Amino acid sequence: MVKIKDVTKLYGDTAVVDHVSMTIPKGKITSFIGPNGAGKSTLLSIVSRLIAKDEGEVLIDGEEVSATNNKALAKKLSILKQANDINVRLTVRQLVSFGRFPYSQGRLTDIDEKMIDSAIHYMELETMENKFLDQLSGGQKQRAYIAMVIAQDTEYILLDEPLNNLDMKHSVQIMKVLRRLADELGKTIVIVLHDVNFASVYSDYIVALRDGKVIKKGPTDEIIRNGVLKEVYDMDIKIQDIDQCRICLYFS
Amino acid sequence: MSHKTKLMLLAIGSVVAISLFLFVGLTGNWQYILERRFTRIIAIAVTGAVIAIATIIFQTITNNRILTPSLIGLDALYQLIQTFIIFFYGSTSLSATNQTVNFFLSIGLMIVFALILFKLLFKRGNNIYFLLLIGLIFGTFFQSLSTFMQVLIDPNEFLIVQNRMFASFNNVQTDLLYMSIGIIVVTLLYLLRFTKYLDVLSLGKSHAVNLGVDYNRVVQQLMVIVAILMAVATALVGPIMFLGILVVNVTYEMFKTYKHSVLILATVFVSIIALVGGQFIIDRVFNFSTTLSVVINLVGGVYFLYLILKENRTW
Repeated sequence: MVKIKDVTKLYGDTAVVDHVSMTIPKGKITSFIGPNGAGKSTLLSIVSRLIAKDEGEVLIDGEEVSATNNKALAKKLSILKQANDINVRLTVRQLVSFGRFPYSQGRLTDIDEKMIDSAIHYMELETMENKFLDQLSGGQKQRAYIAMVIAQDTEYILLDEPLNNLDMKHSVQIMKVLRRLADELGKTIVIVLHDVNFASVYSDYIVALRDGKVIKKGPTDEIIRNGVLKEVYDMDIKIQDIDQCRICLYFS
Repeated sequence: MSHKTKLMLLAIGSVVAISLFLFVGLTGNWQYILERRFTRIIAIAVTGAVIAIATIIFQTITNNRILTPSLIGLDALYQLIQTFIIFFYGSTSLSATNQTVNFFLSIGLMIVFALILFKLLFKRGNNIYFLLLIGLIFGTFFQSLSTFMQVLIDPNEFLIVQNRMFASFNNVQTDLLYMSIGIIVVTLLYLLRFTKYLDVLSLGKSHAVNLGVDYNRVVQQLMVIVAILMAVATALVGPIMFLGILVVNVTYEMFKTYKHSVLILATVFVSIIALVGGQFIIDRVFNFSTTLSVVINLVGGVYFLYLILKENRTW
């Protein structure tokens, strides 16, 4: 379980994350939504120890993140940032192999190879496993990065806007994979999403943030409501049930 | 060609370059000549290897293939130390004439400077680019100070200073060479503990942290290693600016891999071939009319411009 207690992050005098507390349930998909600058990505980076916090605690299975041994934590929690420009020329398989580093420290065993195979299979990348990343489209690249995270085989998976720059088909594909990871393998997944509809359709819990504060958190159907969304996004959003999905109409 | 064949070819190339250097034109008192050449070749090979390794680590940490470790300002500090000694104590003083004193003074000051710089900067978060910026500013400051002193001193003394501003393998002292090798071996043994992290570090900070690398600690230790290696190489032969960039980039082009176990070994060979081959040409073709570092800086500078113009971001 991930427990966030009173976490604050200051840039100068402005708090980008302002006394945020929450508990992220196990085995579910939790989405962070909110307008630009709400502190979603910063909060995710704090939880994953990429950014140091100024106040508060982040407990993962009862242990404070910044005090935990890095190597041990890498077997428990993985993070994928939104900008993943890698300077090195890697094939898909080489990239996915890096996901095994916390276990193998660079020397791959048979078990590692098997995990890499199954991660590649899970993301349906078999046909392009020997292609270089710079030969792939944005969607394929994103799948390769997610395959790396799957190979890392952690209980908690944090993704920062995994749908950035992806078309509808690839976005849906990735959300479905995340759903499967949660349902079949019991992974706890936390994602930052910009599109409320993806959050509404695919996540179990939603945390709505604005100006570094949690506006409201709870099961999806409690958040996807006109009143809550108005408070978060500052606009009137019509919500309709289509095929048992709550769809927000925010285009007009 | 597989990496193994390429490595083998490079190893053979290095051996050929070294034997050419050692045995071509061996006439007269061959024992004496061979002994002198042997010292020089070891000095050349060791500095070449050390600079190449330091550069590759530095570029991996900074994720940038057109940076060189001289950005921390060590070269400029070395020049300042040399100028300072001659400015205040004259070219006949002990610290100017006694190479051992000079050697340890230079190494000591360079390492102390690097450690203070790292300590100050790593305390307040770990921004590697901020460190480079400060290093650059210090480097410029040291250079201006040296120039200032050089303008004031006696022209004869200035010639001696100028001589030390360029790397030269022609008068390396044997005992200093062995001491340097000692320091280098210890440093490289220490480096072995971190080599497994280098591949992961080349993915960038967030991936490295995600994969369980204790980023701040590892980068700090690696920077200290780079500083020690550069300090020893510089104090031994003088500053060579572009050698590292040149040989490391040639290695990247040849091997196109991210595996540092291959890259480090390969770049050592490339560096030895470039330096030994270059020195051979200078000795026999140009009859010592120029120094190797002038040639290396010329070729390296041109290649550096080419790299910038090409704006090649993927490697």
